[in-house]
Formats: sequence, C-alpha cells, structure tokens
Amino acid sequence: MGTGTSIGRVRGLGSAHQGTHHWWHQRLTAGANLFLMLWFMFSLARLSGFDYASVHSWLRSAWVAIPMLLLVVSIFYHFRLGLQVVIEDYAHHEGKVVLMVLLSLFTVATAAIAIFAILKVALGAAA
Amino acid sequence: MASRPTSRPRSPHLFSGFLRLNYRWGPQMLVSILHRVTGDGMATVGTVLLVWWLAALAAGEAAYASFRDVFTTSTGSLNLLGWVIGVGLTLSLFQHMMSGIRHLVMDTGAAFELKTSKTFAVATMVVAIALTAAFWLYLGMK
Repeated sequence: MGTGTSIGRVRGLGSAHQGTHHWWHQRLTAGANLFLMLWFMFSLARLSGFDYASVHSWLRSAWVAIPMLLLVVSIFYHFRLGLQVVIEDYAHHEGKVVLMVLLSLFTVATAAIAIFAILKVALGAAA
Repeated sequence: MASRPTSRPRSPHLFSGFLRLNYRWGPQMLVSILHRVTGDGMATVGTVLLVWWLAALAAGEAAYASFRDVFTTSTGSLNLLGWVIGVGLTLSLFQHMMSGIRHLVMDTGAAFELKTSKTFAVATMVVAIALTAAFWLYLGMK
C-alpha cells in the first residue's frame, strides 16, 4: 500500500478493488494483437508451403520467432482477461473460483508449451 | 416464488420463454455476441490448435505429419475438418478483429449515434467475411 491518505489509496478502485487495470490491459493487448495477428496472417499466407521443412525453416528465423513469442504473450494474456469476464458473467460462488484457477492453469500451461516449442525450433538445429 | 403469476412482466432478461427472445435481433446485438463467441472459440479451440501445431513442429517431422494428417487428405489438400476449422478460425479472427476495432473506437465515446452504430456493426461483419474470403482465395490461387 502507498503512503497516501486512505481516500487516496482507494480512489478509482471501486467495489472490485482492481480499478481499471483489467480493462486497460485488455485494450493494450488488443492493440498489440491487432498488429501481431495481421503480421501472422500475412506471414502465413506468404509461406511457400505448409510442409514440415517450409514451416520449420520459417519459424527458425528471428524475424518470425520473436514476433511469434510476442504474439503468444500478448494473445494469451488477452484471452486470459477475456475468458475471466465470461466466467464472472456466468459462474458464481465456488464454481467461479474453481473455473478461475483452471483458466489460469490452462493459460500458463499452454503458453509454456508454445514458448518452449518456438524456442526449441528457433534455437535448435536446422531440419 | 412458485405462486407468481406467469403473465406478469419480468425484468428484461434475454429470454421470455423457451427460446423466446425479449428483444428483436439487431446488428449491434449480433456483433456483440459474435465478439464473445469468436473470442471464446479462438481462446479454446484456437489456442489448443496453435499449441499443438507449434509443439508438433518442435517435436519433429513425424509429429508434424500426424498433425497435418488430421486436417488434410492423402493428396495434401484440406479435408472437411480442415475446412471447417480453417474457415471457422479465420472468420472468427477477422470478426473479432473488426468488432474489436469497433470497441476501441466506441471506447473513445464515438460512433454511438443510432445510425452510425448500426452501420458500423454491419460493416464489421461485411469486412470480416471479405477478409476471410480474400485470405482463402489468396491461398488457393498461389
């Protein structure tokens, strides 16, 4: 907690005690996702083929691996925030807590696999 | 409250009876729920497929081949599942992207006038379908 007055510390936080943090981060990642996904779709469409060798050598490039890592971080954070709102809308009581925990597990686990896979291809030997 | 007369008006919720909507569908309603449906679809099906695709690519040629085999025929073209998932995810992406842009514009307090709001909502769907068609036509013509 800050050193301000008690009203200063809670101002803007509202009944959820979170303020606009969730909302703002969803917008920030939305802006990032717009550019990252447009790049992703262009890059995919311009691939010479979708066979193993073509896709593997595509992902090996730093110009692809780095945007892909950024994409995973931004997209996964964005969908974590979005699915949280869905749970808050439709689930209540204990079920809500369980679903929130499962959502966090799902997000972190899938993100870890995706990031590891990208790094393995990017830093590993050529196919 | 079992004794409540059923004919009494209820607070305006989505349904007034089995599959009977309290509202007449409008473009804004449709785009709003499409934003959620497409977001949820990509967050679940899209995430699993993206992670599977990346993991298969990292695991090697055999794993990548078994990923491809689920969505393609023996000739290498997309099978029915490949088409449904492929078009479904791209249409979801472009719809969510366009209605997302609409949200960002409306966050500034703009485009709330009745006519503008309706036109904007319809435009997100038109552009999403156009971009999806353009994407697949480009892939097909390469």
